Amino acid sequence: MTHTVTPFSSMVMVFTGAFIGSIGAAFLKAGAGRLQMSVAALASNWRLAVGIFAYCISSVFFVYGNTRGELSVLYPIVSLGYIWTLVWSRIFFSEPFTRTKFFGVSLILVGVFFLNAASR
Amino acid sequence: MSAATLTTPIDENAAKQRRSLLLVFCCTILGAAAQIFIKNGATHLAHPSLITAALGMVTNPSLFAGYSLYGCSTILLVIALKDGELSITYPVIALTYVWVAMLSYFLMHESMGLYKILGIALIVTGVAVVGKSKR
Repeated sequence: MTHTVTPFSSMVMVFTGAFIGSIGAAFLKAGAGRLQMSVAALASNWRLAVGIFAYCISSVFFVYGNTRGELSVLYPIVSLGYIWTLVWSRIFFSEPFTRTKFFGVSLILVGVFFLNAASR
Repeated sequence: MSAATLTTPIDENAAKQRRSLLLVFCCTILGAAAQIFIKNGATHLAHPSLITAALGMVTNPSLFAGYSLYGCSTILLVIALKDGELSITYPVIALTYVWVAMLSYFLMHESMGLYKILGIALIVTGVAVVGKSKR
């Protein structure tokens, strides 16, 4: 049995990626609200562009962060992005921050941990 | 007009939310396929760094396929977000992990132990709880 230690740099990378990704999701949502199916409208939808750009940046962080370290540590950190998203949803789209949503996301986080705890 | 008067705004909103959930559900399946390609490509990067990871999106076939699928799933996500609440739609993406585990089990014959089954059950329950949460 090999014990691979997750480097702190990988955790920071993945954490940063998840944070940027959640901001990207908020921009995607803002852009989606103004979605119109014409080339001119899509090209001038800067919110969508920012969202997609943030998504791309976050993927680069994930690829780099995931090359070293344990998934049982890294994937739950990725899932922290869902918590940030709940916060952005409330601040920018005045969606209610309910206990049910928080409970559901917590279950997901624990689930992601267990799912990857086995795969070493 | 006459058809619209038959459905209340609340029904209409519920239908839109359901459609959004269905779209993001499809998005997770594409996302899972993307992740398998990306994971495969990432582990074959000779000298992992931010630069090679970024370049690999174009030069590495596996990474390229993964990111293309990722792009398709993002388009579906945007359409889903048009009508769906962000705080409900986004956590559903966690189902991606479930598909990845199942694909790994069936295609790459990875093990499926008690922890994995527990993790899958927790994620599915969590997604259901979020999806059913009050709008």
